[in-house]
Amino acid sequence: MTDHELIWRIAGGSGDGIASTSQNFAKALMRSGLHVFTHRHYPSRIRGGHTYTEIRAAADPVKSRGDGYNFLLALGDSFARNPQQEAYYGNEEIKPLSENLDELREGGVIVYDSGLLDASEIEDFEARVEENNWHVFDPDLRSLAREHGREVMRNTAGVGVTCAIAGIDLEWIEDLMTDAMPEKILEPNIEILHEAYEMVQEEYDVEAPDVAVPEGEHDEEQVLLSGSDSIAYGALDEGCRFIAGYPMTPWTEVFTIMSQNLPEVGGISEQVEDEIAAAALAIGASHAGVKAMSGSSGGGFALMSEPLGLAEMTETPVVLIEAMRAGPSTGMPTKPEQGDLEHVLYTSQGDSNRVVFAPGTVDEAYDQARKAFQIAYEYQIPAIVLYDQKLGGELTNVPASHYDREPNPSLGSTLTEAELEDAEHEGGKFARFQYDPDNDEGVSPRSIPGQKGGRFLATGNEHMPEGHISEDPDNRVYQMNRRMRKLEAIREELDSQEKSHQTQYGPEDAEYGIMTFGSNQGTVEEAVDRLNEAGHSVKALGVSDLMPYPENEVSEFLESVDKCLVVEMNASAQFRGLTQKELGQYGEKLSSLLKYNGNPFEPAEIVEGFEVNIVEGGDLPHTRTKFVPAAGD
Amino acid sequence: MSAFSAIGEEREIDRDEFTPGLEPQPTWCPGCGDFGVLKALKQAMPEVGRTPDETLLVTGIGCSGKLNSYFESYGFHTIHGRSLPIARAAKLANPGIEVIAAGGDGDGYGIGGNHFIHTARENHDMTYIVFNNEIFGLTKGQTSPTSPKGHKSKTQPHGSAKEPLRPLSMSLNAGASYIARTAAVNPNQAKEILKEAMEHDGFAHIDFLTQCPTWNKDARQYVPYIDVNDSDEYDFDVHDRAEAAEMMRETESALHEGKVLTGRYYVDEDRPSYQHEKQALGEMPETPLAERYFDDDYEWERSYDSFLAKHK
Ligand SMILES: Cc1ncc(C[n+]2csc(CCOP(=O)(O)OP(=O)(O)O)c2C)c(N)n1
Ligand code: SF4
Ligand SMILES: [Mg+2]
Repeated sequence: MTDHELIWRIAGGSGDGIASTSQNFAKALMRSGLHVFTHRHYPSRIRGGHTYTEIRAAADPVKSRGDGYNFLLALGDSFARNPQQEAYYGNEEIKPLSENLDELREGGVIVYDSGLLDASEIEDFEARVEENNWHVFDPDLRSLAREHGREVMRNTAGVGVTCAIAGIDLEWIEDLMTDAMPEKILEPNIEILHEAYEMVQEEYDVEAPDVAVPEGEHDEEQVLLSGSDSIAYGALDEGCRFIAGYPMTPWTEVFTIMSQNLPEVGGISEQVEDEIAAAALAIGASHAGVKAMSGSSGGGFALMSEPLGLAEMTETPVVLIEAMRAGPSTGMPTKPEQGDLEHVLYTSQGDSNRVVFAPGTVDEAYDQARKAFQIAYEYQIPAIVLYDQKLGGELTNVPASHYDREPNPSLGSTLTEAELEDAEHEGGKFARFQYDPDNDEGVSPRSIPGQKGGRFLATGNEHMPEGHISEDPDNRVYQMNRRMRKLEAIREELDSQEKSHQTQYGPEDAEYGIMTFGSNQGTVEEAVDRLNEAGHSVKALGVSDLMPYPENEVSEFLESVDKCLVVEMNASAQFRGLTQKELGQYGEKLSSLLKYNGNPFEPAEIVEGFEVNIVEGGDLPHTRTKFVPAAGD
Repeated sequence: MSAFSAIGEEREIDRDEFTPGLEPQPTWCPGCGDFGVLKALKQAMPEVGRTPDETLLVTGIGCSGKLNSYFESYGFHTIHGRSLPIARAAKLANPGIEVIAAGGDGDGYGIGGNHFIHTARENHDMTYIVFNNEIFGLTKGQTSPTSPKGHKSKTQPHGSAKEPLRPLSMSLNAGASYIARTAAVNPNQAKEILKEAMEHDGFAHIDFLTQCPTWNKDARQYVPYIDVNDSDEYDFDVHDRAEAAEMMRETESALHEGKVLTGRYYVDEDRPSYQHEKQALGEMPETPLAERYFDDDYEWERSYDSFLAKHK
């Protein structure tokens, strides 16, 4: 086992409490001074079905899942159906052990609950253990938990065993359990933690594996958050006090966090009949003067298509969240993918007039959710935050100070009653959609119902300055141009930001590039580190602005490299297509690395993709697409 | 001080205030029932005591959806079938404004049917006017959800095989707390019903019979009409759900036998509106949310102070 990182995988069944146990463990490691990063794998089921969470912990910052892992805690699927029969899904009970062996590194540790699992049911288990030099611990966690508390406390027993083997001070775990658990269950859990710790130390040789959890120290206070948390907090800090939604994995997380927090800050959350209604409610609330959002995943976002266009046409500010999952159709509900890029950019009739950001990391999710609101309300345009199950669900430590910012509740380009008095009116109505050729930004400030002197008609039909429906060709072109001009102004504003949404990484004068968008950023950066260590000359660009597209930054990057690998999680290279469409050149420099098997990239896959596509690909057409992993893998 | 001084302003209100200063040429055909709705609404507003600046009229798409082109107030002409979710959110955002939603029978009972059921179920405090001409007017006369069985149109050349939808019964079952039917040919009753609907604290649904002389030639002009509340022939209690249900069924069937029954069918004054339910749960602020954005003294909460502790 490498001593500089612990990659701990806790595996069990859905409903076995894997998520909460791992979250607590990750937090304990963070508090002990380590950097942590989690990766979640779960089925679209409530009870039963193999699930795991991986926690990668190191003294230095971690931005990605690793390649494989080095410590398995297999609890067994206690909800498995027909565990003893040959079912369609195979023997499910044993899966938390059997399904996780392929990725366990050489010399790694296996802890499994012999109270529930029988390793001899796994073909060639002994031989594989020997071959890979794995260290196996088979305590009966179930009995131990039953003896001192209840069976569900197996998880705690497993954590106790982990600490004994990896040399983690129990104090960190106890502190956390004290914070997180109600008194009634706290006592037996602490007892089980200690019992398990001591039992393993007595009965096994815990020194045998070359394992030590790394030691680290943070120079400032850290918080453990997911991308979903960060998006929700960004929205709240921009003064968003209204959300409407309909549950759909994985967007449900943001919806839930907002629904739990909004009442505390005097806001409103509405779970409604469908996503058409959800988007329409957000538009209605915004029209009436509240900062509002809605969101969904692919299928629900498809239903929002028409309201989205209405927001564009009526210039109603609104923020929508799109949490991608593997499609088409219901696809793989709990698996990450980036196949909705084109859907989000272009859905709804007419020319798209919207903003789309795809944050690359948990802290960017907060920043860009805030920026989305600011832009939406300043420019009266829908802004979309595009992410996926990967970013939404991964927990990582971020300095708490990152969130220590001033709120911005501004409604943007909105007039007060006093300002309305001096504003232009036409036939008694306020000229809310004014055409002013000198107005470079294209924004015409709005009024809010209930304000004196602000009456206007908002309509999805083409309209005159005061809102009346009109098909006059000159007016049509004026209004169209004005609305489209907003995108140029937004691009300028984004380009002039102190900190770009695009993240460059690696040596500036590198020979080659790797480009990606959204949640792959951290994994690509880790791959870049490894490639440079191995003697290649590579840098990365993680793109977040998808509309309006950051033409200058991307062309500069592509200009400076000989070839560039474009990494994305979909099958049709949508991001590469967008790049070529927007820039109109560089096609011959770009080559795709695509993955769409439901699992996010590991750094090693990007390293390999680079070597095959860019280094060895000299005699191949450069636009060739490489699918990783190969079909059937 | 309110940022919305139009709300609750006490003053004389003239019916003419609801006619736009720049009045677009009506796109409605001569003799269209939609004129009747416009007229009745303009008459009801001053009596309810609400001004154009504190009124938001949200419409769908159809001939009926053009209502806010000819009515002076804040207006939102939305998309086909979606007036209700937009209207109810505006009301939640600022309960001070008078919110009226309006649209056609296709718009409200067909494509927007799901929103109709749920808005009624939730009992939002607003008025919903459905222009029921038993036809798709704007798209040139196709069969609508309320077209009678056997109705022939270009898209149903052999006549509709479907029973028409029962709007009043559906509304009652869904949970509306004020339900009435009126007709464009009866502007006085229409005005009174509109007024009651706006004053009602809850979801008030008006099925408004609007003749379409252009596409629904075989349909009646909805005359003569009978007011079920005035007529000696009918005796039922509008506060009694079971009696109301029976009267509604009779009314819906009678329409297709050439008998036009109108009036108030169901009134439940005890059921709290959605806003009150939500506020009782602590899920909606007592002060209108929209006011907060104009309140310079409001101390905006930060997630750093409110929510970050649990992540440490
Ligand atoms: C999503 C969508 N589908 C179809 C249409 C076309 N369309 C416009 S109005 C209408 C029906 C109008 O009938 P109704 O709602 O009864 O209103 P009326 O014109 O009779 O007042 C249709 C089908 C549309 N605008 N949007
Ligand atoms: S088509 Fe019918 S509903 Fe539409 S305006 Fe003409 S008469 Fe009225
Ligand atoms: Mg109609």
